[in-house]
Amino acid sequence: MTTMTDPHASTGSQGFKLSMLLNDTRYRSLTFQFIALVAIIAFMAFVGGNLVRNLAEAGLNISYAFLGEPAGYDINQRPIEYDSQSSHGRAAMVGILNTLIVSFLACVTATVIGVFAGVLRLSNNWIVARIMSVYVEIFRNVPVLIWILIIFSIMINALPAPRDFRGADASSSMLFDMFAFTNRGVYAPAPEFLNSFGSAALNWLMVIGALVLSFVVARTVKRWATTKQEATGIRPATWYINLAVWIVPVALVLFFLGLTWNFPELKGFNFKGGMQVRGSLIALWFALAIYTGAFIAENVRAGILAISKGQTEAAGALGLRPNRIMSLVVLPQALRVIIPPLISHYLNITKNSSLAIAVGYMDITATLGGITLLQTGRAIEAVLLLMLFYLTISLSISAIMNVFNNRMKLKER
Amino acid sequence: MKKSVLLGALTVAGLAAGAASAGTLEDVQARGKLNCGVTTGVPGFAEPDAEGVWRGFDVAVCRAVAAAVLSDPMAVEFVPTTGKTRFTALASGEIDMLARNTTWTFSRDVDLKFEFTGVNYYDGQGFMVPADLGVSSAKDLDGATVCIQTGTTTELNLADFFRSNNISYEPVPIETGAEAVQQFLAGACDVYTTDASALAAQRAGFENPAAYTVLPEIISKEPLGPLVRHGDNVWGDIVRWTLNALITAEELGVTAGNAKDMAMGTNNPEINRLLGSEGDLGGMLGLDKEWAKRAIMVEGNYGEIFANNIGESTQIGLARGLNAKWTDGGLIYSPPFR
Repeated sequence: MTTMTDPHASTGSQGFKLSMLLNDTRYRSLTFQFIALVAIIAFMAFVGGNLVRNLAEAGLNISYAFLGEPAGYDINQRPIEYDSQSSHGRAAMVGILNTLIVSFLACVTATVIGVFAGVLRLSNNWIVARIMSVYVEIFRNVPVLIWILIIFSIMINALPAPRDFRGADASSSMLFDMFAFTNRGVYAPAPEFLNSFGSAALNWLMVIGALVLSFVVARTVKRWATTKQEATGIRPATWYINLAVWIVPVALVLFFLGLTWNFPELKGFNFKGGMQVRGSLIALWFALAIYTGAFIAENVRAGILAISKGQTEAAGALGLRPNRIMSLVVLPQALRVIIPPLISHYLNITKNSSLAIAVGYMDITATLGGITLLQTGRAIEAVLLLMLFYLTISLSISAIMNVFNNRMKLKER
Repeated sequence: MKKSVLLGALTVAGLAAGAASAGTLEDVQARGKLNCGVTTGVPGFAEPDAEGVWRGFDVAVCRAVAAAVLSDPMAVEFVPTTGKTRFTALASGEIDMLARNTTWTFSRDVDLKFEFTGVNYYDGQGFMVPADLGVSSAKDLDGATVCIQTGTTTELNLADFFRSNNISYEPVPIETGAEAVQQFLAGACDVYTTDASALAAQRAGFENPAAYTVLPEIISKEPLGPLVRHGDNVWGDIVRWTLNALITAEELGVTAGNAKDMAMGTNNPEINRLLGSEGDLGGMLGLDKEWAKRAIMVEGNYGEIFANNIGESTQIGLARGLNAKWTDGGLIYSPPFR
């Protein structure tokens, strides 16, 4: 019986027989993989179905209807419009944005701190190298939650309360009459536009547009300088061109928008006006940055040490100064070693930001996984959403950094 | 590694499967232990003492139920729950009852499918401010920074209060009461709000209590009480009437000390019915005649439990106030035992 053979498909001398799925080494592994896949899916479906059915029997039916209902609570740091009548879904959005804000700030700061500390730890200056060792070892070996609490406690207890700024003989005063450092956060002047284009977002888009333009022009200038250097051997001085390229467009846009500053002022219980960077954000941001910066410093050190000493010596022999050796020869090669672990540090910062509630920072864990969960009692639903969010963010960061890594890594020819 | 993943998945499935069970009363009796959900530690309400024995106002309710059902007030497994885990623990059957400062609200009762078996403490949300702020009413708090313990009904009450009075505020959410106090004392917030009972208790612990005032407004109703799962009415009745027995005992003057003598028979028929020397109320609950006597003999009647754990002679120092029995102008009232 060879009924399984498809006469049209079999062009070779032998057709495909069902028994080949098991006997032919070309197909056998595929067969077993397929069977395993079906078994895993069936098992997962069984476990999942069992879970849903039993939860329903226990009166815990899964429902996400609560996301559309009014949240009923207020959030202090609101990147988007929100009040207590907004929905739980909107509160979760505010939380997501707050998580992203603190994660972004902490990633950038941690990278800067980490690169400096890593390079300086290899410094020939004994004191600088030792200080950096102490920094790395202290911050790396104490849990980040402790650092968050320590920084927050110091802020609360060391900085003055807003009421200390009041009166003729106030015990505290504002810096340059512009900045107020209080235990509720830092108040700074906020930019405002007199000739607005309609919405604040549109105004800022204009400013960002100007910066992008500057960036493009600056790259062109750099390319021009490189071409000239290759042609003549002398690199033309470009710093004053770059200065103009970066400043003039932004200054023009800000001038036409009518930039003014809104200064913070003590009114009633608090400072009003200006912009406030809350103490909770500062504590979380600094703690995450300094803690993860210590890890990144070690990665940077490892990356630099992975570059053969011959590279440094060869560059020195060509007459490069030490800081140019570092930035032109060593660091570009070290990046290949530094970037992969850097990805996991960025993921750690994002995940560690869920400790925010320890200082009352309203991130996604505090809104959706905290107050919303407690007020609605929908624990399983909220936690599933939280997991989905952190998974999405982590995978996105991972994907972006992998693209970056692929561009940076050694091109083998 | 692969095996442990598989086992983990099986455990999850098994846990969910174990949730569906018959009567809680039979489960508790078969187990010989009552699983009671309490807080992770609130002075006066539920906290382990130096020997590791749980004590407190809410704990006493658990012990009374254990005494009624299992004849042993110590046969209680206390399961500390946080604000986040308490409802899941109860719904999943991990605990048989929850006695954890839980406010009786519509949605918890109806939507989350729980049954509140009564109220053992009537509370309300208040505000505390430093006296030198010169604030005399909560309505003067426009623009103030308010410290709140997150995850409680207080957040919603606060939002509603400020919204309905059309004044603004800046909320500072804080995870535990102790941290909130720390921030409040450092001046990181102008106002501290939580249940009035907790405000009074915490203010008493300040270095200089007179420098802080509790504002007159009480902006919410917080009836706190024990709760059980929806749908098991036999068990719900047992918890409800055990609490009622403690309240009725105070009304009738039955105490831990005299319950034994009174159980011999008195000339007050209601005491006789309560303590089992007349009629068979216990049988109707599926228990024996002396269930209420045992419950009362653990830590005494409602008044004794209040006085010993959170009353004015303790460190917590709460007055009875709304929680006085109804004959003294309070709200503590039990339906009759008949």
